[in-house]
Amino acid sequence: MQPLFRSRRDRLDRLRRQREQAVEAAAKRSDVPAGGSQTCPGCGRECQNQELVKTEYVCPHCGYHLPIGAYLRLSLLLDPFTFQELWPSLTAPNALEFPGYEQKLAAQREKTALSDAAVVATGKLDGRQAVFAVLDSRFFMGSMGVAVGEKITRGVEYAQKHKLPLIIFSASGGARMQEGILSLMQMAKTSAAIERFSQAGGLYISVFTHPTTGGVTASFASLGDITLAEPGALIGFAGPRVIQQTIGQELPEGFQRAEYLEEHGFVDQIVPRREMRQTLSQLLALHRKGVLHR
Amino acid sequence: MSNLAAAQRVKIARMPGRPGTIDFVHNLFTDVFVCQGDRLCREDPSIFGAIARFHGKPVTVIGHRKGRNFEENMKCNFGMPSPEGYRKAQRLMRQAEKFGRPIITFVDTPGAYPGLEAEERGQGEAIASSLALMSSLTVPVVTVVIGEGGSGGALALAVGNRIIMLENAIYSVLSPEGFASILWKDASRADEAASVMKLTADDLYRLGVVDQVIPEPEGGAHVDPRPVYAAVDKAITRHLSQLSREKDLAAHRYQKFRAMGAVREEKET
Repeated sequence: MQPLFRSRRDRLDRLRRQREQAVEAAAKRSDVPAGGSQTCPGCGRECQNQELVKTEYVCPHCGYHLPIGAYLRLSLLLDPFTFQELWPSLTAPNALEFPGYEQKLAAQREKTALSDAAVVATGKLDGRQAVFAVLDSRFFMGSMGVAVGEKITRGVEYAQKHKLPLIIFSASGGARMQEGILSLMQMAKTSAAIERFSQAGGLYISVFTHPTTGGVTASFASLGDITLAEPGALIGFAGPRVIQQTIGQELPEGFQRAEYLEEHGFVDQIVPRREMRQTLSQLLALHRKGVLHR
Repeated sequence: MSNLAAAQRVKIARMPGRPGTIDFVHNLFTDVFVCQGDRLCREDPSIFGAIARFHGKPVTVIGHRKGRNFEENMKCNFGMPSPEGYRKAQRLMRQAEKFGRPIITFVDTPGAYPGLEAEERGQGEAIASSLALMSSLTVPVVTVVIGEGGSGGALALAVGNRIIMLENAIYSVLSPEGFASILWKDASRADEAASVMKLTADDLYRLGVVDQVIPEPEGGAHVDPRPVYAAVDKAITRHLSQLSREKDLAAHRYQKFRAMGAVREEKET
């Protein structure tokens, strides 16, 4: 065999092995409990985990969408063996030297097996390559510090460079307090990246999941070409408790829920989890030319 | 530079007599034409907007307004903008872009208003789209943090090519009270929060978030604002002149914010 072909074959083999390892590692880190049951926060009834796996963690009794981790989310969307995680080891130092932050980070990493609150990957959905970013609310409430801001920004830049559509699932308490002003700056950084991507003709689908508030709502999550939300998701800038303190009265029923945002014009459609894959597939198909022509 | 604790600077930054956006506008600009309304819903007085001359050249000026007496405070919602304020700011920025006018912004807000109507009309969307728009402007943008730089409500006017900050101004992810209440469930520990948040001009200069710190007289800018106006005038002039040599101001701004926050990564094989 020609040396050129041999080196190319070796490289492809190496890539394939890497990809398989990535899938395996993701499966290991998966957040799916094997047995037992949990109480649905929506209706208070017991749900068997075996049953929840089948319903994609939607309560079989009341339809409540239980929060799910980033890897589980990706496994519900991506075609088998197409998952390739990007920058999995990326973390941020304790730049503000905030007391106790490193220990807290270590504990969260131990608990969730995540490096920080965002997972960014490329993979195929119904045969169409795209870039996916998912925030995981189990890690510091999905809050955005430098690591999340950098990963999202790199994901956007990667999508632009490779002319791929971008899909971001948000679930976040907002800016990460412990990284202070640098967390705030990630709002500008991620929004600027999305704006550049948009001007280059890229398609960005933003999906709000429960709960998304603060600095994430006030940056990349609100800048989608298409904006979707999971049913019942809490979405807002200020948290309900803060608003209640400000105005000193009870908040109306359903305030800041996905349905409320849809009614007020901030969401294109509310999509149940079990229809999400199909909806995204439809949207990617509708934009095939738009993503590639520039 | 004087050696005050962060909590003391928080108090100076919020002092009622401290020069606000309107004072800077009166002392630094001429030929001021006030622009009002977002063309969608209403006029939000908590964000001031105008076309004016700076050393003879037309510019667009936008800044948070708290008001100088109680009546004005009420009208301006104590400097906490609603989505309409940010949408007005966006309108004026697009207009500045159209006519090639540099934009000067003054930051002085406790934060965007956390109210029911503000949520209903999309406070998050209004801030997000301001960030996106500001990042893409091709005219020079110089931001001056003059008092309180509170959270996303401040940042929405602060995506500048240059960020200048007064010595006793503060700029942070959240108010010290909010910070203490989130992290320690105790808003009364605000002074302690201020000391760990790195919110002073000096801290932010060291973190690379601001480009220049303007010294204030002993006790704060309100004691004798004249040298402060003069120093801010000189700083804006210098930065505008430097930026006029920059070829792609949107790319310059992108790189500036792109670089904020260092990360660690294991080498991947």
